[in-house]
Amino acid sequence: MRRIFGDELVRHALSRIGLYVFAGVVLVFFALPLLWLVLTPFSRTPAYQITAPSFTLHNFRVLLDNPFALRSIGNSLVLAGGTAVLAVVFAGTAAYALSRVRLPGRDALLYAILLLSSIVTGTAAMVPIFLMLFQLNMIDNRLALILVLTGGLLPSAMFILKDFMDSVPKSYEESARVFGASPLQILRHVVAPVVRPGLATIAVWAIVQVWGNFLLPYILLHDQTKQPAAVIMYTFYDEGGTPNFALISTFSLLYSVPVVVAYLIVNRRYGFRFQGGIKG
Amino acid sequence: MSAQTTSPRTDGSGAAGTSRPRRTGRAAASDVAGLGIGRAVLFVVPALALIAAFLVFPALWTLYLGVLKYDLAGSNAAAPQFVGLGNYTDALTDPRFANSVLLTLAFVGLSAVIGQNGLGFVLAATLRRAAGWVRTLVSGLVLLSWILPGTVVVFLWQALLDRNGGTLNALLGTPGAAWTLDHPLATIVVFNVWRGTAFSMLLYSAALDAVPTSHLETARLYGSGPLRTFRDVVLPRIRGHILTNTLLITLWTFNDFTPYMLTGGGPEHRSETLPVYVYRMSIEGGQLGFGSAISLIMLVINLVIALFYLRLLRRRGG
Repeated sequence: MRRIFGDELVRHALSRIGLYVFAGVVLVFFALPLLWLVLTPFSRTPAYQITAPSFTLHNFRVLLDNPFALRSIGNSLVLAGGTAVLAVVFAGTAAYALSRVRLPGRDALLYAILLLSSIVTGTAAMVPIFLMLFQLNMIDNRLALILVLTGGLLPSAMFILKDFMDSVPKSYEESARVFGASPLQILRHVVAPVVRPGLATIAVWAIVQVWGNFLLPYILLHDQTKQPAAVIMYTFYDEGGTPNFALISTFSLLYSVPVVVAYLIVNRRYGFRFQGGIKG
Repeated sequence: MSAQTTSPRTDGSGAAGTSRPRRTGRAAASDVAGLGIGRAVLFVVPALALIAAFLVFPALWTLYLGVLKYDLAGSNAAAPQFVGLGNYTDALTDPRFANSVLLTLAFVGLSAVIGQNGLGFVLAATLRRAAGWVRTLVSGLVLLSWILPGTVVVFLWQALLDRNGGTLNALLGTPGAAWTLDHPLATIVVFNVWRGTAFSMLLYSAALDAVPTSHLETARLYGSGPLRTFRDVVLPRIRGHILTNTLLITLWTFNDFTPYMLTGGGPEHRSETLPVYVYRMSIEGGQLGFGSAISLIMLVINLVIALFYLRLLRRRGG
């Protein structure tokens, strides 16, 4: 505790006041759009206008009665889950092989694909990807979309997992081999348990990425029964273009909650910070 | 394909921040699991096949598609014509393309380089001095804006800015003000600052944690004001972070498709950034060859940003 005198006291007090005024302004800026998401689902008169709370669960009945709403959440789960599984399996095996066997040109290859994945974004590659699936007659094919999404995530996943694999002591595998385990058994029973945190990280990251992805499902899935939550919201309007507020508000809440829960879990477990990840 | 994401990344940018592959002589020689080269190749093939199919091939294909007159419908659908650099010269003479480039520059410059960077840094610097609950509350809301699904936050902003029932007009007492129609660029800029500031805030918080308190104390004892302290003590230590952050958010904002969801590129193309322009020309309008030419320009810009970033990491021994 420093002791503060006279002029400095005034200056100090003013700077604190300034600090809290600024914090208040920022708070309003960030909270204002979010209010609608919290209040409208429970409002008796859902509209653009935020109304005084008049608690009702009627809007959730509207949500349950809509044929596409819950199904789209299921579709999002299928896309996110499928992508996560493929990313973990393919990146896991590839990272293990790259970590343990010195394939020629390994490091250059890893860097090249990592660079590539940051360049070939969904936005910059939407035309060729759309055309490719269009010509292969795979528009509306969910597996094709899962493969596209997985391809985009694999480079980063491989890079992160290879770091994990590099940190697994090789003595484990050596002793397993002495006892006659096959390479696949070693991978399943020795390596996988040790790198489980790494695999979980990749899975969560893949799920979150796909959960919010709009552009790729938007151009590659035209069948409303197959569209994920991110895209289906655009169908919640009547013929005149008026939004169905009861449906959109409750659906938005339902669609957002898993993300927030996932964030809270990750935050509690690992702390949501950069742990020296980015070198300054 | 990481767009500006809402993922709880602890490593910064998916992978760009991880350390490089370590070379250890012993590891190189030992194949402890007895995989053998053959099986190792088998392990790597599925991943590389997907990367080749959905990253390498699309990028190379834009090269080829970009020199064709190729439409989804009509006479150029069945038999695309070779037009050489025709698409590129068309683009350069198209006022709509020039408009799109300028809008993209403004969008990236204002919302990412200045907006997210500035607000993110100021938040990181000031919240450190605020009381614990204030810090938790503000940074919690900033993070929430970042992690919620894009479709949801876009609708929240439409509700905020709506002409007749919007919260903003109700607060400002300006009923009937059509923000998205009258100020489309300002709309997507302010929206994107709101959406993406969290990343910069997190990164700068971590960077400022690394500035030794003793140095700050010393500067204060010598009577240097906050601005001078920032220039002489803080800035030299976080220069690398500033560059890193700026490059990453530039890349993400440049490839951000959310403006389309908010304003559809309109009205009269006044918020039609390059991604939206490509979408409207090729997926909506069916001009695949022309769209590919623009896509290639985007890929090259991405490449330039990414190479800058890699060079930065290398030089700093990242």
